[in-house]
Amino acid sequence: MNEAQRLVDLIPRLRRYARALVGDRATADDLVQDTLERAWAKLHLYRRGTDLRAWLFTVMHNVHVNRVRATRLTDALDDEMPELAQRPPQGDALLVRDLDRGIARLPAEQRAVLLLVTLEEMSYDEVARTLGIPIGTVMSRLSRAREKLRAMMLGHGAPAKLKVVK
Amino acid sequence: MSEPVTEADLQAYADGNLPEERRAAVASWLAAHPEDAERIEAYRKLAEELRSTYDSVLVEPVPDRLRRAARPAQLRRAARVAVWVALGVALGGIASWQLHDSPPTPSVDSAGAMARRAAVAHATYAPEVRHPVEVGADQEDHLTKWLSKRLGTQLRPPKLEDVGYSLIGGRLLPGENGPVAHFMYQCNRGTRVTLYVRSDMQSQRSTAFRYSREGNVDVYYWVDSKLGYAVSSGDISKENLLNVANAAYQQLNPP
Repeated sequence: MNEAQRLVDLIPRLRRYARALVGDRATADDLVQDTLERAWAKLHLYRRGTDLRAWLFTVMHNVHVNRVRATRLTDALDDEMPELAQRPPQGDALLVRDLDRGIARLPAEQRAVLLLVTLEEMSYDEVARTLGIPIGTVMSRLSRAREKLRAMMLGHGAPAKLKVVK
Repeated sequence: MSEPVTEADLQAYADGNLPEERRAAVASWLAAHPEDAERIEAYRKLAEELRSTYDSVLVEPVPDRLRRAARPAQLRRAARVAVWVALGVALGGIASWQLHDSPPTPSVDSAGAMARRAAVAHATYAPEVRHPVEVGADQEDHLTKWLSKRLGTQLRPPKLEDVGYSLIGGRLLPGENGPVAHFMYQCNRGTRVTLYVRSDMQSQRSTAFRYSREGNVDVYYWVDSKLGYAVSSGDISKENLLNVANAAYQQLNPP
């Protein structure tokens, strides 16, 4: 299958991830468009026969990080500084709004891990490769993202203390 | 007692990512640790809610600007093809018209239409991660009975293990004039092949094997009186697919 067609086939998945990552539709689609354009510019760096999806999500991750830096959003890349920017609600259901807000309040790098694992159903290995981080970091970010989200959904302010495990 | 249960094990448990024996060990550990069990169950539910919240984006129409952004190289290739076509026409004028003796006729026969529909069905369902099939191969009996009943004919999904593919399940699809059975197979590297079966081929003589390429999907198809079959793949070579299609054909149309 050629790359052009596979890029087209992957657009819905890129959009789904982008929507969850940045919240509103227009910004998410801007991110997808920048990702596709950069993917074409960098296609010579893609090794044929490897996972195009993982590669595209790597491209998207880099584009996103650059955009966030460029626009100087308060999208903190630091664990201890949750992003406070409010995103517009996605739907009518209370749950959807809460979940959407909850995700928006996760630190960016935890959000990325959680979404790749949950929405893209990537293995932890794939997430590590996609984001260029060690697998142990994937696991700790996933763990923290989930606990924060759970605490928020329960209406608690602070997450429960987690046991420190390797 | 096996290895101690780690937080990473618990996360993997919530994601369904543990190998079977480890899963069982973690499950029994959780049975003895109700607080953690509750926490992990909450994680699992959150994941489900996340998917159900955002999966709707998958079926939204893709904006044109994104389609365009995904296709620049193909446009360039189309332009190259146009140049060659123009050159071909010019040469055709000089060369003999024998080149045009048998112009390709657009295939409008219903077997050809079936091949196209099969290719679309393949392209739609084969990339699915979570819901590639409606009924899994673990309920093969039920699957076969159900689809046989809906198609009004006894179906038997072929066994393709000899050519490296195992049935993962199937689903019912709307066809041109009625229901269609769609079986999906997968090899151990995760590559998928689908078998499309319709039972309403009208006044079709039985045909031999035919091949068609629809977009990026290769399709081998044939008709056996009222039954139409199509075997599709987008990921393996034409030769490999022929091998699989042949195996299916041998079983579905025993000599």
